[in-house]
This record gives sequence, C-alpha cells and structure tokens, in this order.
Amino acid sequence: MKKTVFHYPLKLEGEKIPLVRFHNVTKRYGDLVVLDSLDLDVEEGEMVAIIGPSGSGKTTVLRMLMALEKINDGIIYVDGEPMTHMEKNGGLVWADDKYLRKQRLNIGMCFQHFNLFPHMTALENCIEAPIQVLGLSKQDAVRRAEELLDMVGLLEKAHEHPSRLSGGQQQRVAIARSLAMRPKVLLLDEVTSALDPEVIGEVTQVIRKLVQKHNLTMLMVTHQMGFAREISDRTCFFYDGKIEEQGPPDQIFGDPRKERTQQFLSAVLEAN
Amino acid sequence: MLFIDFLKNYGPQLLKGSVTTIEQTILAATLAIMIAVAMGLMRLSRNRLVYGTATVYIEVFRGTSLLVQVYWIFFVLPLFGLTLEKFTAGFIAVGMNLGAYGAELVRGGILSVPRGQWEAATALSMSPGVRMRRIIFPQALLNMLPPWGNLLIELLKGTALVALISVTDLMFVARKINSTTYLSAQVFGTALILYYIMSRAMITPLMRWLERLMARKVGKRL
Amino acid sequence: MFDWRWEFVGEILPRLFRATGNTVLAALLGYGIAMVLGLVFALAQRTRFPLVNRAIREFVEFVRSTPLILQIFFAFYVGPQFGVMLSPWTAGMAAIGLHYASYLSEVYRGGIDSVPKGQWEAATSLSLSPVRTYSRIIIPQAVPPAFAGMGNYLVGIFKDTPMLSVIGVAELMHTANSIGSEYYRFLEPYTLVGLIFLAISLPTAGLLRKAEAKIRRKMGLR
Repeated sequence: MKKTVFHYPLKLEGEKIPLVRFHNVTKRYGDLVVLDSLDLDVEEGEMVAIIGPSGSGKTTVLRMLMALEKINDGIIYVDGEPMTHMEKNGGLVWADDKYLRKQRLNIGMCFQHFNLFPHMTALENCIEAPIQVLGLSKQDAVRRAEELLDMVGLLEKAHEHPSRLSGGQQQRVAIARSLAMRPKVLLLDEVTSALDPEVIGEVTQVIRKLVQKHNLTMLMVTHQMGFAREISDRTCFFYDGKIEEQGPPDQIFGDPRKERTQQFLSAVLEAN
Repeated sequence: MLFIDFLKNYGPQLLKGSVTTIEQTILAATLAIMIAVAMGLMRLSRNRLVYGTATVYIEVFRGTSLLVQVYWIFFVLPLFGLTLEKFTAGFIAVGMNLGAYGAELVRGGILSVPRGQWEAATALSMSPGVRMRRIIFPQALLNMLPPWGNLLIELLKGTALVALISVTDLMFVARKINSTTYLSAQVFGTALILYYIMSRAMITPLMRWLERLMARKVGKRL
Repeated sequence: MFDWRWEFVGEILPRLFRATGNTVLAALLGYGIAMVLGLVFALAQRTRFPLVNRAIREFVEFVRSTPLILQIFFAFYVGPQFGVMLSPWTAGMAAIGLHYASYLSEVYRGGIDSVPKGQWEAATSLSLSPVRTYSRIIIPQAVPPAFAGMGNYLVGIFKDTPMLSVIGVAELMHTANSIGSEYYRFLEPYTLVGLIFLAISLPTAGLLRKAEAKIRRKMGLR
C-alpha cells in the first residue's frame, strides 16, 4: 500500500479553491462500506450541517477529515494541499504519521463526549497543545486561552477541573481548546447529543457566535434540526455512505426533493 | 522467658534486620517500577520485536519461582562472569520478578484510559510522545495505584527470601535467633508482627496517601 | 565463561523428574486445603456476628500480609517448642494451605460480592434455604469472575513450593540444592529447575485461560 503512487493533482490550483475537498472517498470497515465514493466540497467560511440516520456515515466524514483513521480510497484536500496523501518523487503516496500530524494542525474537532483532560484545569486544557505542539510560550498560550475562555463565557472557571463543570460548560471549554490551535476548519461531532436539554442552548449560542462573528469554516454533525436549519449555509443529508441530498437549509428542511430525505425528516418531527 | 524479656534482649536485633528489609524493599521497588513502566509500554508497541522481548521477559519471570530466581542470580550468574554481592543480588532478583507483574498493571492502567482521551490528544495534533507523557500516563497512574499497593506488599514479602542467600534482613535475623534460642514462637511470632506492621501500617497508608494526592490532581474529592 | 555439560544433565534429570512429582503433589495438596479452608474463611466473614466477621477478617489480612516462608518456619518450629513434632510435609502443607486459603477467601468474597443483590432477593422470595441459595444460585454465579483469580493462585502455589525446601521437604528445589552440593555444580540443576517450572506453569496458565473463556461462554456471560 505504501509504495503505490497515485495520480491525483499534487495541489489544487485556481482562484477559488474549496477549503475542504473530498474526492471519491471510500471508507470500509471489513465488508461494511461506511463512506461510498464521496465527493464533497466545503468553501471557506461555509458552515455545513450534516444530518442523517445513524450508520449513514456522517460521523465517519469528520473522523476521516481529522485523520483519526485512514481512508481506503480517494483523496482529501485541505486548503489546496492533500491531507491523506503526501508527495514523493513527484507523485502522491499515502501520508505517513508525521505528515498527518502536521496536516492535522489545520483541523480542529469537538467530540460528543467532550474528552477534556480530567487531570488538568480548563485553562490548562486550552494551553497544553499550543505549548507542546505549536511551541508557544506559556505567557502567550495563557493569554490566548483566556481570550477564548472569555469568548465562550467561562473565564471565571478557568481554574476548575472538568469534573466540577456541567456538561454544557465542559463542551464550551472543549470548543475553546480546539480554537486555541487556530484551525482553518472546525469539526463538531454531535456536540449537543450528550447534553441535558437545558444546557444545549449555551453551546449552540457559542456556535452561533463563531458563525456570525468569526466566519469560521465548520462542519457540524447534528441532530438539532432547528439549529441546523437556522445556522447552516448548506445542509447535507447523508444516507448509506453517500450524500442523498444537499442544498440551502430552507430547501432541505422546507422542500426536500428526495424520498429518503422526506422520510427521515418526518420521522424526526414525529419524535419531537 | 517472658515475652517482655525476649523483646528486650532480641528486639534491637530484629529491628536492625527490619531496617535491612526496608532497604531491600525500597531498592527492589524502585527497580520494579522502572522495569514495569518499560515493559508495560513495550507491550503496547506494535513493533513485533519490542512486544516480543517484553513478553518473553514477563513470561519468564512470572513463570518461574522467585526463590529459584534468587538462587539463580546469586549462584549461577557468576558462572557467566557476573558476580553480584548478596545484598545486590537480593533486591535485583526481587525487583526483576515483581517488575514483570507490574508490567501488566502498567499496561492495564494505560488501556483503561478512555479512547476519547487518545482521540482528543490526536485531534490537537499531539505527537505520540507528548500524548503519552502529558495526557495518557498521568491518567493511567491514577487507575493503577490500588493494584500497585497490593504488588508492593507482595514485594515486601518477597524480600524475605533474600535471607536464604544470607542477606541479614529480618527473616535472616529471626532464623539466627531461633537457631540459638529455639524460642520459635516468640521470635517468629515477633517477626510476623513486624512484617505485618510494615505491610499494613507503612505501605498501605502510603498508597492511600498517594491515591488521595493523585485524585486531587484530577480535581476529584476522595 | 560457562560450560554446560549435557552428560551431567542426563545424570540428574531422572532425580529431578521424581522430585517434580513431589512438587506437583505438594502444590495440589496445598491447593486442595486452600480451596476448602478459603471457602470456610469467606463464609465465616458473612455470619450474623460482627465480632466473628471482624476477627476472621483481621486474621486473613494478617496471613496475607506476612511472608509465606516465615509462616513455614513458624509452623515447623513452633510445634516442637511445645512438644508437638510435625513432619516437614505436615508443617509445610499446613502453612502453605493456610496462606493460600487466605488468598482464595478474598477471591471467593469478590466472586460472591459480584453476584447481583437481586439474586439474593429472588432466592429469598422463593423461600430457598441458605444452603440451597448458596449452592444452587450464588456460588455457580460467583465462579466465573473468581475463576481467573483461582487459576492464578494455582500457578502461584506451584511456584511457591520451593520454599518448602528450607524445612527439608524433598521437592524440586531441595533436590537441586542437594545435587548442587554433592557435585559442586549449580549451573545445570538450577537452570533445569527453572526450565521445569516454566514448562509446567506456562501451559497450565494457558489452559486455565482457555477454561475460563469456556466457562464464561457456557454460563452465557460476556
């Protein structure tokens, strides 16, 4: 596998290239095909909501972009450069771990179960990677972290451990932690699914702020249909590892064209 | 002879032996911890050679008797050119043996850290070294402490075997006094009590204190 | 460096194999005693009388926290001090049986505690007698989690039998020592002893792991 040379373009050229491009991406777990020759472009500053039934591949899309696992086929570009492949002797081969680590700096991710480091305070969680990975001085890292914690409304909790914070607070710290690395793309993997209803609002408020004030490029997998409709520039409905339908949120939610989309949305409305 | 008189006459000797036992324990424990961390991490490697070497070490030291290992290191190793003084041979044998058991505890501790922590660290672009050192191992440490407490008590008990290669620890002194006075109940009984004190009144509280310390670092209240 | 003499190996192997038989016998006998006595200790900690429970508990802790070799000496020498002569085998079996009984009692307790409270309540609601409750409901469910621990201690007791050599029981280590002092060669005897232990303990551990998996499957547990 390592020696195979691929003939995809070494870089994406042109005036307006997408910030993220999935080209023909396939991911298999054994016999199960989770992503099926997926093509997906995300423009800079775009907020893309990804919805769909479980098993449709939505979380896998984010995990592949973050290179938490390797894809089986196809290629992913971030900001014009290949993410899953690296250059060797004028061609492209599968990227090695070192290259992936470098490319990961472009992407940030927030998880359903927050995954804050329990043995560190909120502030320490946010300064750890900037210091260890980006080489920031402790002063600079702390300053940056405090700004971000302030933005998510948790500056006064900076010295608390995650075990003393509510779910909503932990998730907000997690968002600050990812932003401290100044990623080009932020991935949100069902960030409200593990939260009690009354704290979901504080997290969606932060996301709203990020979209409106900071124009951050984001991919958000979510079950919060109302929020997705309100906040996204584009909504993708996934089914069976492929994008069944995509378009402006009003169109997807208000006037879905495909049958599966209609079925899914009506089932979701039923549940609510 | 009344027990009080016995203690007056032979107590100091037994205490001196206990000091040697404590020395052996501390030295063996230090060695065991280093070996356990090294072997435990090696058993997590995907490199066949690294994993295999650690596995062989662990299986050999866990599959044979500590007593046999003590004798082997003291009597047979010199034939290979490595002559160790008995005090050294003693704690090295105990340390190497219990280090093998400790390796599994280290590995278990690391594996018990939730998957999400590994992923979060990866998502922040941390290298494997930083990830292990700063994120995974500290959390593994907290999980590992209770079983390590038991292991350290086993280690203390293991040091009693070095008396058989004439290291003048508590066990050795007790045997010596027994062979001259035949006050077996008194001397062995006192020795048992001294070991009990070292286990339950020294090691156990120490581990509890360590657990509380680590828990505070994680912000929990134990 | 060293010279390994194969002819010597051939000479002493028969003796070592005979001694291995003694070792295995000692291990199985000791373990048998431990299994029964351990159950007594475990159940004795569940009586209605808190004082009895506490006393047994402290005793078990005491035995677990002190070295087996010291307990062996105690058992062997204390008898004669008060006029009771114990043979090396008797003293050895008593000590090793008691020591491992205290380990097994903890394993049993863990297994029994792991049976969900609801099972006891269901048995009570069906008016089952305590004996029936334990034998038909509780103990069968306590076995799978306890099995791993019991298996470990079976291998453990086997590896601890060399300690019996110090009071003259003619097992493997004792025989190796005799051979060593007779022929002034320790290399082959000690190494062979180590290898024999490995040859028995490793496959046994492997078989026990397989057996545990089988039991879990049979009982429908994970």
